This record gives sequence, structure tokens and C-alpha cells, in this order.
Amino acid sequence: MTRVFVPIDAGALSVGAELVARAIATEAARRGVTVELIRTGSRGLYWLEPLVEVATSTGRIGYGPVAADAVPSLFDAGFLTGAPHATRIGQPEGLDYLARQERLTFSRVGLIDPRSIADYRATGGFRGLERALEMDPGAIVETVVESGLRGRGGAAFPTGIKWRTVLGTTSDRKFVVCNADEGDSGTFADRMLMEGDPLVLIEGMTIAGLAVGARHGVIYLRSEYPHAARTLRAAIAAAREAGYLGASVAGSGRAFDVEIRMGAGAYICGEETAMLESIEGRRGQVRFKPPLPAVAGLFGQPTVVNNVLSLATVPIILERGAAFHRDYGMGRSRGTLAIQLAGNIRRGGLIEKAFGLTVREVLEEFGGGSLSGRPIRTVQIGGPLGAYLPESQFDLPLDYEAFAAVGAMVGHGGIVAFDESVDMAAMARWAMEFCAIESCGKCTPCRIGSVRGVEVIDRMVAARARGDDDGVEAQARLLRDLCETMVSGSLCALGGMAPYPVRSALDHFPEDFGLPAATTSRAG
Amino acid sequence: MSNHDWRPAVDRALELHRHQPGPLLLVLQAVQEATGFIPPEAVPVIANDLNLSRAEVHGVVSFYHDFRTTPPGRHRVAICRAEACQAVGADRLVGVVKDRLGVESHGTSGDGAVTVDPVYCLGNCALSPAVMIDGHLHGRVSPERFGLMLDAIRGNAP
Repeated sequence: MTRVFVPIDAGALSVGAELVARAIATEAARRGVTVELIRTGSRGLYWLEPLVEVATSTGRIGYGPVAADAVPSLFDAGFLTGAPHATRIGQPEGLDYLARQERLTFSRVGLIDPRSIADYRATGGFRGLERALEMDPGAIVETVVESGLRGRGGAAFPTGIKWRTVLGTTSDRKFVVCNADEGDSGTFADRMLMEGDPLVLIEGMTIAGLAVGARHGVIYLRSEYPHAARTLRAAIAAAREAGYLGASVAGSGRAFDVEIRMGAGAYICGEETAMLESIEGRRGQVRFKPPLPAVAGLFGQPTVVNNVLSLATVPIILERGAAFHRDYGMGRSRGTLAIQLAGNIRRGGLIEKAFGLTVREVLEEFGGGSLSGRPIRTVQIGGPLGAYLPESQFDLPLDYEAFAAVGAMVGHGGIVAFDESVDMAAMARWAMEFCAIESCGKCTPCRIGSVRGVEVIDRMVAARARGDDDGVEAQARLLRDLCETMVSGSLCALGGMAPYPVRSALDHFPEDFGLPAATTSRAG
Repeated sequence: MSNHDWRPAVDRALELHRHQPGPLLLVLQAVQEATGFIPPEAVPVIANDLNLSRAEVHGVVSFYHDFRTTPPGRHRVAICRAEACQAVGADRLVGVVKDRLGVESHGTSGDGAVTVDPVYCLGNCALSPAVMIDGHLHGRVSPERFGLMLDAIRGNAP
């Protein structure tokens, strides 16, 4: 029986993967051919979705993008044996886009049935957990410290150090909270992982629980991700059934279980303390720190708060050792970065690779330029609070420190490309407007500053329209002053970083605001 | 909505979640799942049951974008307005909504068929622009196709 793989990833479904899967089942039945249809995550080659793969004697052969009405022609061509067809791409691993990647965290995504314990085990799943069960909590923590793993959510704080703090607390009730509130535009890696390999996240959370002495895990998942919720729920149920979650994890006598709490459409709940408030059933307002969540987090108890990808990278570190992970990367950015290429780009998708690729390599060699075919004028990296980079900075390597040095951030690794039709004054205004919409309201620089920011940019645009250069200059000074106040005076990264896209737009694209064009880059 | 309509849903939600730690969000989500919105009359009932003030419950309802205090249309359309979708013309989709339904990016069409909400990222950024219709995600949505999709759901019974 031939095995045929069709993604159930939300992105693949958004361009018709469900219809393709049904068409394959219908057509196979009509022709009296038996196929085993396996639903997987996405390979992250989104321009090829829906991407259908067939297991042949020479490996998995891909066809994409496949439209449902093209399915009969695939059968006619003999795709079940990997025969030629207009959509045939050969082995996906042979594509430059995948061949150049180093998939550690995403090693199984797109390959296996995400809800199958058997598939997971057959591809090395739970080996990290088995290793962890033989180790002292302190040894697990030190392995993660030595690996150099840093938080993948954006702040890049060393994961192991956080764990060490929680391990050092004495409470008998501790929590592991997974931040799955992936709200940054241009990012979808957490979603892809939860839909493509949720068991690796569950395994990572379990290892975290063993390491710090927590028995409760909570995944805070954004409500915009209903597909991820379904897959996660199925995976949690399967893990309980197989004894990997519950009163005795893998027969060890040690308890750990995971529950999902859904968000309710508030960007700020991706900030860890706002998220804890939300899980506790309150408004998602940011807490003052200290105390750190590691000391007094969820319900006032010591809490590990990590991003999906940080936790999902833990199993391979335990399985292969700290050095294996540390050997990837550059400088203090160790391991791999899940780059998400999005926006106006021909080949958008997931690129997991050791830190150090340049932005230009990503845009040109992976992305193939803009979708519209016009030159890429700017990219925003690190979500709505990330800086806009001009073409002159496209040779920056993707590395936390290199980005910080020019006032930008890698963040969660999302890269959004814009072609030359973009109006940077409008994007700067949007950054302020978004901050105003999503501000939790606790601190004044963010709550009021963002509203004033929108107004100041509106006045700049109006001054420009009536040819009032002095007015534009005066408002620009006011805007920079406002940005300074927000950066220095806000309680968290929302108000503290919303000025980054604004300032970068002013620095690199002043002509869009009616200011004299920049002669040299002022960033740095 | 009369008392008779929403009360069982609220009772069920409370029954299901009142013993969990930090239950308010869970209760509100269950009520909205069942009734489509949070009836303002339910706020004091929930507050009383969970030993919270009405202000605390109202504060949570009004804080989160997902919660509605009025009934939604029969179909729900979420248009992504975030950067990746803006980069490939999501604003044109808002124009389609205005033309077809006569509402801005937030609101319910006059015939009660469709409620439109902006959303800030559906996580489909490599296949922008993205919309979600009744929980189904759609990528690479052109204005033309979006118009046809809206026509289709308006023509259908719920």
C-alpha cells in the first residue's frame, strides 16, 4: 500500500490541502487503488502548498502546489510511483531551500503524523526524556545552561539560567508555562511546530518539569490558532494514553501533566507577566518585576516561562548533549534560529539554520525576491516592535548581538518583506496605532504615548501636504522626543519597543515623512 | 436575549469551571462559545458565583478583543490587518468588505449575516493576505476571491 502525505498545517489548509486530501481519497477509491493517507505538518515550503508527498522506493517524492482538480492528472501520470508531472519537485530534501537548512527543532515537522506516538518514537522521540529521567534535576539544568539555549520568544534570555532559579526555590507547587501566544506579525514557527510536532513540545515541557520540580504544565495558546489547539489536544490525549503524561511519567513514579489555556485576542498576553495574569483569569496587565516569575509567577508560585521553540529544543539537547547544540551558531547566539520569511516575498516559509545568515541571503537566496517582482525596499524583523531595515543593512548577520548593535532585534525570527510601494510614514503610524490598540493600559508612556504618536505622525503628514517644511521638522523633533519617553519610561517591551519601527522609519526613510532624504545611515 | 436563553449556558460554564484555579476567562470563553457573546445581564451572575466584583468581570470582558457584548452575525469573518498582510495589500480586502457589506473593518452587516473583525496576525504570513471565515483559514486571498467568498456565505443559511 502506497503512503501519501498531505499536510493538515493551517497554512496548507488555507490554500486547499483539505480538498486535495479528499480528492486523493476519492480518486483512489474510484480507481480501486489503496493508499494510506497520512496527515502531517508542513515542511514550511509555503509557496509549494498544498505539497503532496508519496513514499517511493527512492524516498519521498513531492508534488506541489497541487490543486484539488489536478488530482486525477496526478493519478494518470503515476504519481504513486513518483512519476513525472508538471508539479513534481523531486525529493523535498533535495531542494536548495531545505538542503541548506539545519533542522534541529523542526526535524520531524512535515514528516510525521503529529498525533502519533508511534511515529514520534520511531523518529527518536522521548529519547531526551528517557535521558532526563536518569539524571538529577541539577544535571538537567546544567546541560541546558551549557547548551547555550536562549529564549526563542524574543528576549533571548538564557533558558537554563531561568530554570536554575526555579530549581533553587523551595515551593512544593511550581509551574512550567509555555508561551504559545505567538502574536508577532510575520511569525508562524510556533504554530507550525504545534501543528507538526506537538509531542516534542510536550516532551520538552516534561523535561522542564523534571528539572525544576514542577508537576503542572500550562500551554497558553492564542485563540487565533484553532488548528494548533486541535492538534495539541489530540497529542496531549495520546501522550496521557501512552503514559508519558500523568501520575507516573514513563513509569518513573514522577508526575507531570499539561493543560491548555486559550488566550482571548490580546497581543500583550505574549508578555510573560501579562500572560500569567491572563491564565489566572484577569485582565492581561503587565506586572512589575521583581519578583521574577521564576520566583513568584503563576498563582504566586515559582514558574518557568518559556517560548514554544525554546521548550521544543530541549529534547534534542538532552538526547545529543549540550555540546551538540552549542556547536551551531555564532558568538553568543548558539544553536539555530527559526527564521520565518513572510510578507511580499516569492518563497515564504520556515528556514531553520544556525545563527549567522545575512538578511540578504535570506531574502534573495531563499526568498527569491519579492512576490510582486518589484525591488524589496525594506524588511521588518522581529515583529511589530522590530526595526525596519533599509537595503544598506541587508548584509547584517542574523545574530542577537549584531542586531542589537544597530538598534534592531532578531526577536522571534520573523522577517516581513515590503516592496518599493510601501509608505514608511504609514508604517510608522501603524506601529503607534497597534501599540495604542494593544496597550494593557498600566503605564502612561505606552497607553498615552502611543495615541499621541499617531497624532504627531498625522500632523507631520498634514504639514507635508501643505508644504510646511518647518512644521514637518517640528513634529519630527516631537516624535523623536516621544519615542525617547516611551523607550525609557514604559513598563514592558510593548511601549518600550513600539518606537523602534518608528525611529528606524524616520532614520532610513525620512523622505516618506517629507523630511530631507538621509545622506548616511544614522543607525548605529 | 432573554434571561431564559442565556442562563443555562452560564450555569453550565460555571459548573464546568468554577473549581479550576483562575476560572473567569474559562467561564467567559465557555459562555461565548455557547451563546456567541457575553450578555451584559450575565455579568452580575458570574461575578456573584465566582466571588468577584462586577467591575472585575466587566473589566475582563472589555479588556480582551475576543469578547463581544452583542450578538454576532451568523458568519464570522476575521481580516488580518498586521504587517505581513499589509505588505501584500490586505487593505484592499477591507475595501471589499465596505463595498459588499457596507461596514468598516469592525461591524455586522445590516442583514445580520456577517460580522467582520480585524485581527492582528493569523500566523499565515507566508501566504498573506489571510482571512478566517467561520474558523476556516484562507491564504493568498485576492480582493476578487474575497468578494466571491463573502457573497457565498451571505447566500447560505447558517
